[in-house]
Amino acid sequence: MGVDIGLDLRKAVEPDRVHRGVYTDPGIFELEMDRIFNKVWTYVGHESQVKNVGDYWTVQIGRQPMLMVRHSDKSVRVLYNRCPHRGAMLYGDRSGNVGKGIICSYHSWQFDTDGKCKAIPLDKGYAGTRLSIDSPDCSMKSAPRVASYRGFVFASLSAEGPSLLDWLGPAKVAFDDICDRAPEGEVEVVPTCFRVIQNSNWKIFLENQLDALHPSVTHESTGRAAGDIEEQLKKKGGEAPLSYHFLSAFATPITKWDVFQTIGYRHGHCILTGYMGLRPRDPDTLAYEKVMEKAYGKQRMEEIFGVNIHHVLLYPGLSVQSPLQQLRAVRPLAVDKTLTEIWHFRLKGAPEAIYRRALGYYNLVNSPSTMVNADDLWNFWKCHQGLASDGGDWVSFHRNAGQDPEENGVVTSVIGTSEQPMRNQFRAWAEYMGVN
Amino acid sequence: MAKKRKSLAKKSRAVKSKASPRKANGHDLQREVEQFLYRQAECLDGKRWQDFIDLFAADGTYWMPASPEQTTGDGVPSIFWEDRNLMSVRLRRLGHPRAWSQKTAWGTNHVVGNVTIEKESGNAIVARSRFHMMEFRNDSTRHFAGSYIHHLTRTREGLRIKLQRVDMVNAGGPYEYVLQAWV
Repeated sequence: MGVDIGLDLRKAVEPDRVHRGVYTDPGIFELEMDRIFNKVWTYVGHESQVKNVGDYWTVQIGRQPMLMVRHSDKSVRVLYNRCPHRGAMLYGDRSGNVGKGIICSYHSWQFDTDGKCKAIPLDKGYAGTRLSIDSPDCSMKSAPRVASYRGFVFASLSAEGPSLLDWLGPAKVAFDDICDRAPEGEVEVVPTCFRVIQNSNWKIFLENQLDALHPSVTHESTGRAAGDIEEQLKKKGGEAPLSYHFLSAFATPITKWDVFQTIGYRHGHCILTGYMGLRPRDPDTLAYEKVMEKAYGKQRMEEIFGVNIHHVLLYPGLSVQSPLQQLRAVRPLAVDKTLTEIWHFRLKGAPEAIYRRALGYYNLVNSPSTMVNADDLWNFWKCHQGLASDGGDWVSFHRNAGQDPEENGVVTSVIGTSEQPMRNQFRAWAEYMGVN
Repeated sequence: MAKKRKSLAKKSRAVKSKASPRKANGHDLQREVEQFLYRQAECLDGKRWQDFIDLFAADGTYWMPASPEQTTGDGVPSIFWEDRNLMSVRLRRLGHPRAWSQKTAWGTNHVVGNVTIEKESGNAIVARSRFHMMEFRNDSTRHFAGSYIHHLTRTREGLRIKLQRVDMVNAGGPYEYVLQAWV
């Protein structure tokens, strides 16, 4: 008989292992919604998704259907996607423009893009009632807090809590690294979003993102296949596009991953270092460096290109691959179902070839035909199935446990394959969940 | 004058017969293209990946756009945008003994229909068709459906694909699992 912890979270998390219930218990998932997703900063979208006044995107924060919309004063607003009249969701599609205003399809209540009620049809019917058009009850509710950093918009459903910048801490480097690589210092969204459903708990995905131990095992087939064809093309006297290398790098032997490092910050954020070989001496890269040097000067350019990041994880909802300007937003739908939304950004002012290079990665690794994530998804599903079984109670994060160097709240790893990132994530989880 | 015309006609016939050893017309062309599409579907359902790749011309491309508005896969996000080299990566990966997600039994069934010849000019043929693909994998069933546009070229070996465009009706949907073989 296994250990049944019920909802007693004090028994769920130990420094080097966690109880399987945190992944599979629907009650714990509900608590996570309340204590984590209703409080943290959640990535909503990029400002360039709503370029023009009235442009909107629908998005889910925690359990809430929300609307990111460009207001007439040019600010980006995040509103509850809900009509205050009878509760109908206002937009059922994914994106568009509100036109003359937000209009409910049920009874035609109308709102401005800041959520304020503009008109109610046949409003005489409300004369002498408790409802007046000026009352906040007649307007769409805003997310309690909205903030953006370098064009990336976040919202929090809680009025209290650290500011976005305080919450991001040093992990804000994710967005600096994306934007600094643009000669104009900013990026623009590529208007395609690939959406992938994972039949597994959201934490399984996050743990995988900085798991340097898995690529050579999980992705060996794709890494080797790409390496073989890369080799064939070279033999024929040609050169394989860099995107082949993006794939073949996954077959890097398990022993080589230890040279990388993971760095854990407060709130569960974490970085996996590991330079992605984005500075070959080909004409495209040289042309790019020329533009960058002109924009920043040589010294600053070298600093920018010297940033050593493979992935940044912004716990609990965002995985950023800054050197390739791609990110995956995590939207937990149920205890065993997670949606990821995958976006790519274009470096403003960079040569087209540099965009295309990263696009190769977006298509091959992050599109629904991915030969990489397919095997991850298979593992995630199998993990969730296994964790739901009575075959054992604990999930092990013992690798290099007790050896994580910590200085000023920043935890590093002794080796790249240390399970330090998972321990760091659960430290934050326990804090959010009120276990400590 | 008559002589000249005759020699021109002869010349053009000669060129034609050299480049188009088995040129079909009208009813024959319709049937030829249909048979080609059915054979391609059989390659997929039979998991004969190399045979599938060999239906493409040396510079052939398999393309599944991310959205129906796209007019080219060049420089924009695509679900598939693969030349024969990338197709060979996919083939090798599918057949690798440790392609883990391929370990569970799966199979597909394609039905191709509504075949129309949109254009025929010289050796180039453009055909439009509709497909419905049912996939059974890991004890669940999924359906993918949409249209194919085949840009074909007539070669000595028969018809070959220069570009196959696959517009899936459900291309923009959230995917449970993903597509590992061509559709």
